[in-house]
Amino acid sequence: MNEIGLPQILVVSTALFFIGVYGFLTRRNMITMLMSIELILNSVNINFISFNKYLFPGKLDGLFFTVIIITIAAAEAAVAIAIIISLYRKYKSIDVEDANSMKF
Amino acid sequence: MAVTSLKVFRAAIYLLFSLIGIAGLYFWLNYEFIAAVQIVVYVGGIVVLIIFSIFLTHQSGEDMKAPTLIRSVFASIAAAAGFALTLLLINRHTFYTTSEKAVEPSVNNIGMQMLSTTEHGYLLPFEVISMLLLAAMIGAIVIAMKIKPKA
Amino acid sequence: MLHSKLIALVPLLPFATFLLLGLFGRKYLKNFSGILGTLSLLVAASISFYAAYEYFFVVGKNAAGVYEQIIAFKFTWLEFSPGVSIDLGVILDPISIMMLVVVTFISLMVHIYSMGYMKGEERYATYYSFLSLFTFSMLGLVMASNIFQIYIFWELVGVSSFLLIGFYYDKPSAVAAAKKAFIVTRFADLGFLIGILVLAFYSHTLDFQTLIERLTNHSEYYTTITAASFMGVSALTWGLVLVFIGGAGKSAMFPLHVWLPDAMEGPTPVSALIHAATMVVAGVYLVARLFPVFALSCPPALQVVTYVGLFSSLFAAIVACTQTDIKRVLAYSTMSQIGFMMFALGVSGYGGEEGLGYMASMFHLFTHAMFKALLFLGAGAVIHYVHSNEMKDMGGLRKSMPITHITFLIACLAIAGIPPFAGFFSKEEILAAAFHSNKLVFVVAIITAGITAFYMFRLYFNIFWSKEKVIDHAHDDHSHDSHGEGTKTMLIPLIILGLCAVGAGFIPFSHLVTSDGKVLETEFNPMFSIGPVLIAVSGILLAMFMYKKANSKPDTVSKALGGFYKAAYNKFYIDEIYLFKTKKIIFNLIGKPAAWFDKNIVDGCINLSATITENIAEALRPIQSGKVQQYAIWFFVGVLSFSVLFIYFWTN
Repeated sequence: MNEIGLPQILVVSTALFFIGVYGFLTRRNMITMLMSIELILNSVNINFISFNKYLFPGKLDGLFFTVIIITIAAAEAAVAIAIIISLYRKYKSIDVEDANSMKF
Repeated sequence: MAVTSLKVFRAAIYLLFSLIGIAGLYFWLNYEFIAAVQIVVYVGGIVVLIIFSIFLTHQSGEDMKAPTLIRSVFASIAAAAGFALTLLLINRHTFYTTSEKAVEPSVNNIGMQMLSTTEHGYLLPFEVISMLLLAAMIGAIVIAMKIKPKA
Repeated sequence: MLHSKLIALVPLLPFATFLLLGLFGRKYLKNFSGILGTLSLLVAASISFYAAYEYFFVVGKNAAGVYEQIIAFKFTWLEFSPGVSIDLGVILDPISIMMLVVVTFISLMVHIYSMGYMKGEERYATYYSFLSLFTFSMLGLVMASNIFQIYIFWELVGVSSFLLIGFYYDKPSAVAAAKKAFIVTRFADLGFLIGILVLAFYSHTLDFQTLIERLTNHSEYYTTITAASFMGVSALTWGLVLVFIGGAGKSAMFPLHVWLPDAMEGPTPVSALIHAATMVVAGVYLVARLFPVFALSCPPALQVVTYVGLFSSLFAAIVACTQTDIKRVLAYSTMSQIGFMMFALGVSGYGGEEGLGYMASMFHLFTHAMFKALLFLGAGAVIHYVHSNEMKDMGGLRKSMPITHITFLIACLAIAGIPPFAGFFSKEEILAAAFHSNKLVFVVAIITAGITAFYMFRLYFNIFWSKEKVIDHAHDDHSHDSHGEGTKTMLIPLIILGLCAVGAGFIPFSHLVTSDGKVLETEFNPMFSIGPVLIAVSGILLAMFMYKKANSKPDTVSKALGGFYKAAYNKFYIDEIYLFKTKKIIFNLIGKPAAWFDKNIVDGCINLSATITENIAEALRPIQSGKVQQYAIWFFVGVLSFSVLFIYFWTN
């Protein structure tokens, strides 16, 4: 196997990203949609870290950004859960297809 | 499997394992701090949150409905197309490495760098993030609050 | 002309009365409107008499012995190109002055008469305002110096006659009659307009004097217009025949005569004014105006005029023998007499001895106005007394209506052509002109004159002799002061017109009105006149024999004539032919497809575009499904395609 370098890690993170996209577009349960979003965010984190390590070893910017993203992801997950709880109260289900009252 | 499993609780556990795997990746890249942060925040916080909400919505027992065929076909095509495009770009691009001296990502260094007000300081984002967290907490509470009927 | 500007007042006075009564009459001037109308017309009539006196006697003939045409004023209104412009002007020449006198005088008589006849009518003021409008339009017509100006006033006359015929608008028959009159004359006016355009195009002018001048002397205009031909007939003939068609519509010549009998639905004074004396002679006047062009440049058109006039007069005379409604008898009689005037113009030449027909026609116009108006007003008095139009409800009225009886008798004698009443002189001149030019016309004219005498006296005997009928007076309202013949205001015009009918024949018309303005010396040939007089007298005797006492002779005669009588009674089914043509042919072949086309195709296109829009909208609706994941897919696909686009295709 050739050397594990930057491109390989990028391939991993890209795969993770698109798996997350697929899951987001496919899943019907709102909570599992949220889980897919977490996957997407994680893949971005991997990207940052690997760029930092391979391309810019002298700075730690990628690291800081990753920390920020993790924080933001946590906050966003909290808010998303709150919204899901509200929707559940209204529609009595967490199927994302049932919350379609904003149609024509 | 996290994205395809039809049992919601299992999907949550698969997510847990995925996140731990990513933490492992960080460990392998010698960025221990981030790995630690990942485990604590993501695994210990967010996944727990997700599991709580699954319990709250009474759905943990039954299976979920599968997506329609059309939907999954289109989504897979879209995802695959995007994947192919990105791979193509990555292959084409030549990444330039610099020959700077590497900095040890120890906690000491991280702290010094992040909080310094001279160059490479991320002090401002740090403060903003704390604001954001506060806002998110309050927002979450407001959204999920039940309005008590005036009695 | 000493007071030429004063002439302008003649039409303007009725116009001012029309505006005044039209706007304010209903509310403020109700009872006064009759007097106001009559007064204004009295002033107008005096001015026109004065003008006639001045024109004929004071200004008189010019050096060459010709009464020349004077343009009193001219105002360029609308200019199409240099020379072709619609002017508004006043032309004074023998025939226009004569018509001024006729129109104002008869209108004055009708105004006075209407004060009695229309008394108690609720829309009294409106009636007088319409009468004034009509008088104004007619006066404008006779004084027009520009062919387009005549057309403008022509249409105005049509409108006022529509208003007056349909005056009793709650009677559906009156409304239908008014519509019919308007439509038939409008249809004829289309021909008139095309004729105007043809003539104006070739002679590059709309002014009468210039038009006549250009189309008669063999100028370049004349050669162009006769060279241009369409379907084998020269453009000049087309133009003149089309103009004549317009005149024929207004003058109720065959086959455009169908409106005239129905127009009797209007009040009787209206019939007297419009359908006896003035509007129906507008067509004759038009031909007389353009007479030099007709006579000198286009004999074929003149022949058309002759034969149409001749046929109309014979046709109308035959139908008039069978009608039972007295107003309709008079209507057909008018048509017949106008036919006389038309063919008199037709057989005439231009200038000197040849111009006898022209002079005779104008003379007959003048006298006919007098006695026909008298006949109608008298008929109005009879109708007013008997409350019915039908002859079978009348009889033996000579005892109860003496003055009406005498004046009616005078008028009948005049129209039959018995000397020394007015009609005799004018009819003699017509017959003389016909004799000198076209023997066929002469023979038919004499026959028609005999029939005229017959049916007029049939009418007279049926009304005033025959058996007395019981007349129901129980329904009279008590607003009449002398219920007998009618009020004084109804009788005075009858008397005045009766005197005119007697005396008008003695006016030396040939000294005043001729085709080229020069004096025409006519001789009175007793030998020649005996023939027609004898025929007229025999007609009278026949009528007396059949109708003086009520008997069954008319019935036996009508049975003997069988089918012909039936046809004549039904006016030779001309109306039915028209109805058939319009209903079956025009409505079905043209009207229905056009309506179908409009409803289905034109509206269908609009509806189709609306339906298409709706369908597209319905199809596009599900895009906004409310499902988040669908939106996300679209979003993602969009991002993907844009990135492909930018990276691979749009690199700059």
